[in-house]
Amino acid sequence: MLSGSVPKGVLLRYNAGDTAWVLVSAALVLFMTPGLALFYGGMVRRKHVLAMLMQNFVAMAVVGLAWVWLSYSLAFGPDVGGGLLGDLHFFALSHISQAVPGMAHQTVPQVAFVVFQMMFAVITAALLTGSAADRLKFGAFVVFVLVWSVVVYAPMAHWVFSPEGWLARRGVEDFAGGTVVEITSGVSGAALALALGRRRGWPHELMRPHNVPLTVLGAGILWFGWFGFNAGSALSAGGAGNAFVNTNTATAAALLAWVLVEKLRTGKPTTLGAASGAVAGAVAITPACGFVNTVGATVIGLVAGGLCALAVSLKFKLGVDDSLDVLAVHGVGGFVGTLMVGLFGTAAVGGANGLFYGGGAGLLGHQALAVGVAVGWAFLATSAVAWGVRAVMGLRVSPEAEVAGLDIALHEETAYDFEALAPGGFGSSIGSRH
Amino acid sequence: MRLVTAIIKPFLLTEVQEALKVAGVVGMTVSEAQGFGRQRGHTEVYRGAEYRVDFVPKARVEVVCEDDEVDHVVDAIEAAARTGKIGDGKIWVVPVEQLVRVRTGERGRAAL
Repeated sequence: MLSGSVPKGVLLRYNAGDTAWVLVSAALVLFMTPGLALFYGGMVRRKHVLAMLMQNFVAMAVVGLAWVWLSYSLAFGPDVGGGLLGDLHFFALSHISQAVPGMAHQTVPQVAFVVFQMMFAVITAALLTGSAADRLKFGAFVVFVLVWSVVVYAPMAHWVFSPEGWLARRGVEDFAGGTVVEITSGVSGAALALALGRRRGWPHELMRPHNVPLTVLGAGILWFGWFGFNAGSALSAGGAGNAFVNTNTATAAALLAWVLVEKLRTGKPTTLGAASGAVAGAVAITPACGFVNTVGATVIGLVAGGLCALAVSLKFKLGVDDSLDVLAVHGVGGFVGTLMVGLFGTAAVGGANGLFYGGGAGLLGHQALAVGVAVGWAFLATSAVAWGVRAVMGLRVSPEAEVAGLDIALHEETAYDFEALAPGGFGSSIGSRH
Repeated sequence: MRLVTAIIKPFLLTEVQEALKVAGVVGMTVSEAQGFGRQRGHTEVYRGAEYRVDFVPKARVEVVCEDDEVDHVVDAIEAAARTGKIGDGKIWVVPVEQLVRVRTGERGRAAL
């Protein structure tokens, strides 16, 4: 691409390897959302699985469009208001051949950065489907997720991910989104669950996962995609190695920690626990992967796996039907990782030294501030959006639809036709085309 | 004529089928069933939440036979389906008023 509007000489500062890695990482992160759809889809009941897959898939479309038109510019455009928000300079990706504000040293073209960051916006929004499972109207979801990605996500991304954001300027370290993605989605999910109310029958009725193999496959896809998520955030092929290895280390440690907690608490290690533990570990290492060494990554994984495994029981005590534990896995995992950067961060890997590496408590203080801001913002702003949508168009399906299942009620589809699979099955002859 | 219905552990279905064949039974109907008796259900744990599952998967075997064959058939099922552990199932026998072979219209014992 040597023609067009790119000024001569600009291309020279771009690095082919870095650009290729960031583009591949964008595709890896995109793949996480269908992975998340399977992870969640397996955990819901059979009659709601398509609605879950549909919400995730549609989030890829809605947030993807909102991002190129508006929310990218709000997140990464030139700052207005002392680090609070970007302006509309990059509206519909205009002026995109310029450098990202505050990132003049970047060796990838801004447009590659746009699409990489787009996938973060997509999956963060998609994560909320786990809190809202089995009762959210489809139309309300589309409106909610569109407004949410612009009003809640874009400012949070600006504060932390844009070098001009007010939290970034204070020295908060969040390598790949422990605050922006994980805490934001976890707390926002709980706020959405509160606005929605509990599923009918929760917590007394049997609501066990209908297909754990789907969940394990989804967790595997998430693990795979997370290499793009975390190591891609280095925005450099040469600098991605630490984040890549740490991602695997923490994920592995958390998987084992979660399963160990189960073994001690209920006597049996479970497949669902292994899948959940892996995700909790990847969540927790997300803010830390470019700032910690192997000791830090292992401890972060162990702590996150153990704490998240215990945190899934909290919703029953709180009475909040965060259906698939977005707060317990992404929220708690995000708290653990973001705060532990303040302990295990080491300048030998990247960033500032934390408490355990002679840096004092300064970094830990910045991290605690970021956690507090993310929790407060996510809860208040998401509550405003959710209750607003509820007031305008309603959030919940009818009780009849909830009992019949969202697949039939909202999409007029059935996920599994088991009769047709049986030898001599007569299922296909029950209905007829008309 | 009698209808013998047996609820057995699914993994012993092949053994029961073989035993009935040896006993001279020429036809049977098998279906998947769920239920509980003294075995009761079991508990499953997902992310720390315990779910009580009341109904245990079972296989239901149904055989229609002559009155004088009943003890023989019941014995065959009983021997093949027994593990001695809880949950081995039940067998019951009820009289059959009428039997029809759909293809030929034969009635009663001729339809066996």
